[in-house]
Amino acid sequence: MTDNKKTIWIEYLVFICAVSAFGLVTENTYYLQIMTFIGINTLLALGLNMLMGYTGQVSLGHAAFYGIGAYTTAILSGTYGMNPWLALVCAVAAAVLIAFIVGLPTLRLSGYYLAMGTLGFGMIVNIVIREWAGVTGGASGFVGIPMLEAGSLVFMSGAGYYFLVWGIVFAAMIICRRLLASRTGRALRAIHDGENAAVAIGVNTHFLKLEIFMFSAALGAVAGFLYAHFVLFISPESFGFMFSIKIVTMVVIGGMASVWGALLGAAVLTLLPEVLHGFAEYEMIVFGLILMVVMIFMPQGLTRGIMDMIRTAGRART
Amino acid sequence: MKQKHLVLAMLVTSLLILPVSGAMAANVYKIGGIFSVTGRASFLGDPEKKTMEMMVEQINAAGGIDGHMLEAVIYDSEGDPAKAVSAVNKLIHKDKVIAIIGPSTTPTTLAVVNFTKRANVPLISCAAGIKITTPVDPWVFKTAQSDLLAVAAVYQQMKAAGIKKIGILTVSNAYGESGKKQLLGQAEKFGIQVILNESFGAKDTDTTTQLAKIKAAGPDAIVCWGTNPGPAVVAKNAKQLKIDIPLYQSHGVGSPKFIELAGDAANGNILPTGKILVTSLLDDSDPQKKVLQDYQNAYENKFSGNVSGFGGYAYDAVNLLAGALKGSNGDKQKIRDNLEATKGYVGATGEFNFTPQDHNGLSPDAFVMVEIKDGIWTLLK
Amino acid sequence: MQEIVQYLFSGITTGAVYAVIAVGLSMLYSSTELINFAHGEFVMIGALAMVTLWVRIGLPLPVAMTGAVAAGCLLGLVFERFAIRTARNPEPITLIIITVGASIFLKGVAMIIWGKDPFSMPSFSSHESIEIFGAALLPQSIWIVTAALVLAGGIHLFLKQTLTGKAMVACAVNKKAAWLSGIPSEKMGILAFGISAGCGAVAGIFIAPITMSSYDMGTLLGIKGFCAAMIGGLGSLWGAFAGGLLLGILESLGAGLISSGLKDAIAFVLLLLILYIRPGGLFAAKEAKRF
Repeated sequence: MTDNKKTIWIEYLVFICAVSAFGLVTENTYYLQIMTFIGINTLLALGLNMLMGYTGQVSLGHAAFYGIGAYTTAILSGTYGMNPWLALVCAVAAAVLIAFIVGLPTLRLSGYYLAMGTLGFGMIVNIVIREWAGVTGGASGFVGIPMLEAGSLVFMSGAGYYFLVWGIVFAAMIICRRLLASRTGRALRAIHDGENAAVAIGVNTHFLKLEIFMFSAALGAVAGFLYAHFVLFISPESFGFMFSIKIVTMVVIGGMASVWGALLGAAVLTLLPEVLHGFAEYEMIVFGLILMVVMIFMPQGLTRGIMDMIRTAGRART
Repeated sequence: MKQKHLVLAMLVTSLLILPVSGAMAANVYKIGGIFSVTGRASFLGDPEKKTMEMMVEQINAAGGIDGHMLEAVIYDSEGDPAKAVSAVNKLIHKDKVIAIIGPSTTPTTLAVVNFTKRANVPLISCAAGIKITTPVDPWVFKTAQSDLLAVAAVYQQMKAAGIKKIGILTVSNAYGESGKKQLLGQAEKFGIQVILNESFGAKDTDTTTQLAKIKAAGPDAIVCWGTNPGPAVVAKNAKQLKIDIPLYQSHGVGSPKFIELAGDAANGNILPTGKILVTSLLDDSDPQKKVLQDYQNAYENKFSGNVSGFGGYAYDAVNLLAGALKGSNGDKQKIRDNLEATKGYVGATGEFNFTPQDHNGLSPDAFVMVEIKDGIWTLLK
Repeated sequence: MQEIVQYLFSGITTGAVYAVIAVGLSMLYSSTELINFAHGEFVMIGALAMVTLWVRIGLPLPVAMTGAVAAGCLLGLVFERFAIRTARNPEPITLIIITVGASIFLKGVAMIIWGKDPFSMPSFSSHESIEIFGAALLPQSIWIVTAALVLAGGIHLFLKQTLTGKAMVACAVNKKAAWLSGIPSEKMGILAFGISAGCGAVAGIFIAPITMSSYDMGTLLGIKGFCAAMIGGLGSLWGAFAGGLLLGILESLGAGLISSGLKDAIAFVLLLLILYIRPGGLFAAKEAKRF
């Protein structure tokens, strides 16, 4: 056990060093901003990862919580002048509450029915955001979101925001890890391995799924908060069905049930359009192909898939 | 657990590789472009991108500006605000452009202005929303006519035709919403009453319900505000329901595609549009006529497909920028100042006169009212 | 209140569109227990193929129709062979994502082939709407309803009366047992996908004159089709048909009587209601767990 703990701390250390070094050394704001986006997406992927990877529940509407987080903080801090940090608390609370209300009936479903249920939920949230124009700015979007401040420090785009986002990502990773190592985590794995068996030994599966759903919603809301105060403008199209699919892709590529996998998935999906910029017309084809190929041949995600390939290649040589 | 080590290794390696920036030729004026080349607004971004490339080629063939060649770096926003933000950051910090043209839609523009403002990079947007230039920001300009002018043109014509009560049908996206706001807000000034306002989705296959509702309320005319293909569906449905009161459209349908999609149902539709659709019908004394003819010939010779007012926004943006680059020596502040001082530029969209309070620069005669007769645009007057 | 009749007719028009899409979807589910999230894209391929064959090239109508359906079937077969059968882990979560990936892929391909602009297509019979009770009904709507009925009826007969059809259903119920009794389950899977994709293409062909065909028409239509199929009861063909019509009519009535802005929300609220209250759908008596 101590060996394991030591490895975890070494990993964290490497992570912190790499992230900090990059942030301090790079002067080019463009790269910092890409990494900031990767960080925000990692939060989304982490949340969904906990849900999909460890409880096996598919959610095709996760962007809804992203949107709820973003719009709550936008409305509270933009229209009503509330302190953004307070708005963050409200955003998370709103997302968790809605997750509770929606999750209670929806998580009783499974498989395709759950997928469709979450899809429906996501679409409804998107339509409400769009139609409630007086409050949300409607389809034209919400202008005038204030920047984040802490004392005299203003978090503008660039290094300041980069460290803020990655600090939060790091905290989220630790929380996720703790959750998984705890009793809850073991119960989760039990559900994943065989739900009926889990029920048989007394695991309250429904309650557990709900808990994780609410937790993933909270993470999504934090991501939405960070996005809103970064771009300072939000509109409903950023929080729709296609983005929900993108988040699912991140989790799938990174490997479900893997905290580092969420980071990898987020990174791949954020960097892909940048890499493909010359082939923008083909981006959909590449994206769809990646999804299919990874799920067909490496359903445990890219990292496990690559590891397997390396292992079999190594074995073939000896 | 080996997997984590792999991920960490990848993370560290990529972080080390990424910050490699390239050196730049100092003699070239690098200008950036962000357009919705793919996605739901591709009918805007595609001609805009092609036009910008064509214009840059033309300018370079004529010797560049003050001896400097232009280099255009164009990215696709896909109509997605987040992607537009990535693109604008790339342009500003990686490609280090001195000015940016685009984006094509209002939400994408509003998303990027915060970044261009902070970086003091002049932005000339090709989007229609008035929020872009109201309130005025020193670094943000736009070339597309705003819906304020479009609605004013429509209402002006209606007033002259004695229309008092109307029903409106708008698309539930940023464009339709902005139009709805203008339609509701300006109605009283022209003595018009909006008795019913309905909306429909951009991808809806049928709008007979909304039209039937409007028809039953007994208006003198119906106004539809959207971009293809929605309004074509509305026109077709209106014909099916045998609605015989006039149907007005917005300048969003101002392209041959609308007539192609709506077929016979397009006849009788009235709309405001930039002069580009009726170039041949213009008076020879109209200063815009020659500009439009040149643009049309150049575009249609180089690319397949007809020219449209949308590409015209980029045409004007490039020319305005080219004018502002003269004598600026690549200094962004100078470019901005030159832009703001531009007066009397006759472009494809209209005549531009910028002032510190007006960064759109157009007047109501950027629009003409046209009616579609026998599948052809005809001038209304 | 004469508008209500019009709302109803409009609802039937849209409902017929949903119904004809939902039938193909339900059919696949009833024979393979699979939901194909790319079904909307098969509809799109059918529509765009029709545009090319009938409008651009100018082949006679029946030939163009056959061509478009054949294109759809072929695509379905290829899809089954390469995407579904090769999957190493055919769990629902995996299959959902594979089909989602396929739908994005197909959209991208369609965008390259047909471009980004929408296309319109003339109706099969006359343009003029028929007037009934003072409300207008498009002849094309009648074509669509007929197509949906014929599809549902035809497949129903196929599954219940023919040996191959019964074999397909057997595979869906229990693959191993079916295989033990000598049914080539692989071939059944191929056949099921082919038929389902063909149904999708038929749907696309018939709805193209009413909607504008473009590379991205499949997404929303597909989603609404799923809603319709689930409302009627996954796996029940008549349920899909009824679910589609019901959805269309309720949407139309909602838009007309309540608010046109929230029209799309109606489909999803209905979906959630059905999932919570009666997950098996209105017409199926099966329990909803399935996985």
